[in-house]
Amino acid sequence: MMNLKVNGHDHQIDAEPDTPLLYVLREDLKLNAAKFGCGLGQCGSCTVIVDGKAVLSCVTPLLLLEGKQVTTLEGLGTISTPAPIQRAFMEEQAAQCGYCIAGMMMRAQALLQKNPKPTDAQIRAELEPHLCRCGTHMRILRAVHRAAHLMDTAELSPAIPGSAR
Amino acid sequence: MTKPRFLASIAAGLLIGGVVAAFAVVWRPAISAIEPPAPQSFGIALVKRGRDLAAIGNCNDCHTLRGGKAFAGGLPVPTPFGTIYSSNITPDPDTGIGRWSEAAFRRAMRSGIDRAGQHLYPTFPYDHFTNVTDEDDRALYAFLMTRPAVHAPARANELSFPLNQRFVVAGWKLLFLRRETYQPDSAQSAEWNRGAYLVEGLAHCGACHTPRNALGAERTSAPFSGGDVDNWHAYAINARSPSPLPWDTEALFSYLRQGWHPDHGVARGPMAEVVSNLSSVQASDVHAVAVYMTSVFGPPTQDRLRQARDLRMQIKSPQGRSPQTDPAGASIYAAACATCHDTDRPPPYGGVNLGLTTAISAPDPRNAANIVLSGIRPVEGERSPIMPGFASSMTDQQIAALLNYLRARFSNQPAWTDIEKAVQDARRTETVYLQTSPGPHNAPADPMQRDKP
Repeated sequence: MMNLKVNGHDHQIDAEPDTPLLYVLREDLKLNAAKFGCGLGQCGSCTVIVDGKAVLSCVTPLLLLEGKQVTTLEGLGTISTPAPIQRAFMEEQAAQCGYCIAGMMMRAQALLQKNPKPTDAQIRAELEPHLCRCGTHMRILRAVHRAAHLMDTAELSPAIPGSAR
Repeated sequence: MTKPRFLASIAAGLLIGGVVAAFAVVWRPAISAIEPPAPQSFGIALVKRGRDLAAIGNCNDCHTLRGGKAFAGGLPVPTPFGTIYSSNITPDPDTGIGRWSEAAFRRAMRSGIDRAGQHLYPTFPYDHFTNVTDEDDRALYAFLMTRPAVHAPARANELSFPLNQRFVVAGWKLLFLRRETYQPDSAQSAEWNRGAYLVEGLAHCGACHTPRNALGAERTSAPFSGGDVDNWHAYAINARSPSPLPWDTEALFSYLRQGWHPDHGVARGPMAEVVSNLSSVQASDVHAVAVYMTSVFGPPTQDRLRQARDLRMQIKSPQGRSPQTDPAGASIYAAACATCHDTDRPPPYGGVNLGLTTAISAPDPRNAANIVLSGIRPVEGERSPIMPGFASSMTDQQIAALLNYLRARFSNQPAWTDIEKAVQDARRTETVYLQTSPGPHNAPADPMQRDKP
């Protein structure tokens, strides 16, 4: 049994210490925003935030998360009250098939938390580990800029569980 | 003449003689500035040859700031004596070498003197470039003088007294600069000689792979025995090589050409830039380097061959060796590493078996720590190895546990000491490195893509 803190809630997890975080999130906690893409840390679709940093959950064993705060997309906002990053991605229609988008949003969120006004080049460099096969890259770029603007104007900055620190 | 006056005149004579001698050692004349030659004045074939030679010399690596204009200099080069900034070698007349004649360029390559007569610090490896022929210097000059001129003033070096006085370098040269040029060995093949000429000269392999003495000169008694560069260990590439499988000519050729080899792993750190450059030159030159280096490695001993056979067997049918090590390290390996490194997929898409990689059998854990932290970025538009970095998901302690486990399981070498300190250092230096380098830097890159955003 291990205690895992996800989106501000404590969970008792019964799993081997070498179980990848992604499996626990999807199978035990039924949090399905993080996706299984390659399972090798090469596509970015499983990205979540751990203590403010973007982490590939498919290659992160459970034992590394002792005492840490995990945030998934579900922890940022809901359908009725989307977080700025989610609203921005919707407004820019940045998702086509959407498989990569949850991971993209999580890394963009981590970027904006430490750098509220990233340049185009910084966003590109940061999102480089993420693959998108539909080709909405330009919209994703615009969405991250829009999210930065939304967060800056603070018109709707809901408390972000697990990332307020 | 009284006795005291006699002694005084001897002393004065010695003093004057000493000053004249010191002056002769230190002082070098300026070579007159020229009008920057028109690019059209250089033959295309000569420029092309110079381009290949510059790639073999890895000139762009030190003379280009990450993300900056090619050959404009400004890259900080950390040394035990302070930080030295590379110079602008574009043909800019004011801040580059635009007003240098070919003779001035050749003098810089041969004796480390700039056009104005100042001594250059030996971070510029003229102790190897003494071996470069006039012909090759001419081609290099033609190549550099036809690059786009970039106005980029030199940054002041950060050296303390007396090393910030350039005349000190003259003393260093007296001690360590050998003036003779490369002499072919008639007992060896033409290809071997070509390789030796390149390795000992322009390619300056020993600048990283040979250990240095207290005054920063290569130890001639221990050629290719392993050195240090930018918080990476440049492995021994002679009989003392820590590579689990011995290198042979074909493995070396393929590694130097494509940046990885299934029996040895991936070129990383500063070596990534070297293989990136070598991927773009004539295959025959890379093969010659491989032939010469094979003889530097020397034929593997019977003992080594036996160990290599055992290792290949062990990889084919693992015996479930379970060493007495940190269970945390084993769990991290299972979840974070084994999905790539413990499969049948060969490199570049699968990870190399860690029993084969030199990093785990190396004398210290620096390289392994660097690679776990920052991974390997794929090269744009090419088939190339890829590995995620784990800097964000693992603490220093956890990486130390992992490295400890890998060392015990995948090498027959004694455990590393001070792993945690090595990881701390690696995190500090790699963080700096990653922030200053937007491009691919850990994998062989197509040099044509160097300037892309």
